Amino acid sequence: MGILINEDTKVIVQGITGKEGALQAKGMIDFGTKIVGGVTPGKGGIEFLKVPVFDSVREAVDMTKPDASVIFVPPQFAADAIFEAADSGIALIVCITEGIPVHDMMRVCAYLKTTSIRLLGPNCPGITVPGVSKIGIMPNPIHMAGNIGVVSRSGTLTYEIVDMLSRNGIGQSASVGIGGDPVNGTSFVDVLKLFEKDPQTHAVVMVGEIGGTEEEESIDFIKGMSKPVITYIVGVSAPPGKTMGHAGAIISMGVGTAAGKIQAFEKAGIIVAGSPSDIVQQIKKMGFS
Amino acid sequence: MKLYEYAAKEIFSKYDIPIPKSSLVSDVNGAVEAAKQLGDVVLKAQVLTGGRGKAGGIARAKNTTEAKSNAQRILGMEIKGFPVKKLLVEEYRQPLKEMYLGITIDRQAKCPVIMASPSGGIDIEEVAKNSPEKIIKMHVHPLTGLQDYPARALANSLDRNKSPEIIDIIKKLYRVFIDNDCQLAEINPLAETESGIIALDGKMIIDDNALFRHDFKEDDSNSLEEVAKKNGMSYVGLDGDIGCIVNGAGLAMATLDMVTQYGGRPANFMDVRAGANAEQVKTALGIVSSNRSVKAIIINIFGGMTKCDEAARGIIEIFPEIKKPLIVRLSGTNEKEGRAMLGKNGIHMAASTEEAAKGVVELGNPH
Repeated sequence: MGILINEDTKVIVQGITGKEGALQAKGMIDFGTKIVGGVTPGKGGIEFLKVPVFDSVREAVDMTKPDASVIFVPPQFAADAIFEAADSGIALIVCITEGIPVHDMMRVCAYLKTTSIRLLGPNCPGITVPGVSKIGIMPNPIHMAGNIGVVSRSGTLTYEIVDMLSRNGIGQSASVGIGGDPVNGTSFVDVLKLFEKDPQTHAVVMVGEIGGTEEEESIDFIKGMSKPVITYIVGVSAPPGKTMGHAGAIISMGVGTAAGKIQAFEKAGIIVAGSPSDIVQQIKKMGFS
Repeated sequence: MKLYEYAAKEIFSKYDIPIPKSSLVSDVNGAVEAAKQLGDVVLKAQVLTGGRGKAGGIARAKNTTEAKSNAQRILGMEIKGFPVKKLLVEEYRQPLKEMYLGITIDRQAKCPVIMASPSGGIDIEEVAKNSPEKIIKMHVHPLTGLQDYPARALANSLDRNKSPEIIDIIKKLYRVFIDNDCQLAEINPLAETESGIIALDGKMIIDDNALFRHDFKEDDSNSLEEVAKKNGMSYVGLDGDIGCIVNGAGLAMATLDMVTQYGGRPANFMDVRAGANAEQVKTALGIVSSNRSVKAIIINIFGGMTKCDEAARGIIEIFPEIKKPLIVRLSGTNEKEGRAMLGKNGIHMAASTEEAAKGVVELGNPH
């Protein structure tokens, strides 16, 4: 069960021998993810973390038949890594890399639009389906299986919320980080659609932030959903015109303020929580646990 | 990274976008010399902020006497907190008509968008707000690039009689935008003058993530923002008195929001980024505590890639030098080890973001 991935999903790791790639590949294996191979150009032929390493994604695909790839390569090479995965027939690409030039991402997204490939990220923590599989970097111990879908633009804030849900006995059907960059592969609506169709998901927590209009664009879809959605928007205290870390989190010309987003949600009758602990209270109020 | 007007115009000029003759100066004598060469000139304060015209940072000087007095006034001025250190002395060109031309990224459409308006100039933001229909937008497919027909449509909407000249400028500005990894490339005003269409002002913002493949020179600024950036962290100064250090931008914004909710005023936003080590946490604490307005500091780490014991080690190393109350919340990877280390050193801890936010506000207002 869960969305996007299941217990049979076979995953390769692009950048498996790098510091971060190695550490996170191990974390995924510990979680139970079926890591079947890795790619590091120039290191093909060796075995690493008990899986074969290839020079190219094409070879990895031919030899291991993966369903998904997770990318840890440095930002200057990340767009190339996404193109390589796409051209080699990978159906789900999860890009963890932070700091990819936005012009690269515009080209990547325009190209992927001509295919049926799903890109999650970049600059994201990936997806975790508790007890089943994880592609990405969310800490293993915070998850608990259940019926709440979590979708967020951020990393550590997602951990904070998932951890708080679990500590309060509220399990998750899946936790998804779509990434904090201004141009990315998967939108809130894309993930909400998956949660709406997923029988294991009974309600959704959506964590947005200042910048852009993606939160507002999800309103029409949320209104048509059969499942309740609890939203939480950060950046209320951010002054206009400043970028707050995430490349995406910039307010320009009055568009994308937290107050504007919260107002739009409330006007549409969508629940807006005031803090992570308020998310827990709202879920309990609805009778989920 | 924002470029100064003069730097943007240097790039425009490399692409043959017409600009006025000019000279960049940093003192009054330089301004007088330039005015002697150029004649009727405009002195323009070079600062990385908008609204300098309305702040008095732009002045016309018809002769060297006026150039001298205006240069004396503008150099050393402060515009929205930015001191004026350089002046662009530019030959005066009488605009018969002021138009707007800009290229930016449409996040929703995931592609560049070219915007043009026949009413440009300093009130373009008003135009955008009050009569958005006067701004024509054309999206460009990132893989095919700019075709002629959208450039033609944009040019016709600006001035049918000058269409070929404007098409040429649009295509050149698009190349500037793509070649330099711009988030924004803007000409405002794009002016019609007796001797043709010309870029009277220029603005460029470069994607920081792409700086590795260009050689733009960073300002030699020692602002806390710059110091943080050089250390791979992200710092934004705010006007409160609670110093904040958090790993991850989303959690950092949530932390600032909670400090505000409990009645505190954040002095800064600081994201130490995923995977921060002891050294980075130590540097972060040094940066945040060096702000004199800071009365108390909150550190909020949710360990994923960042390990709590690493963070604790960084905090302990610099703690004796920080003469300000501090509250730390550590959760996630190696939380137990990290908390034990802080405990031994008598550092105040909180169990959750909310508890830490509440705690730091109390520490900052000891009544």
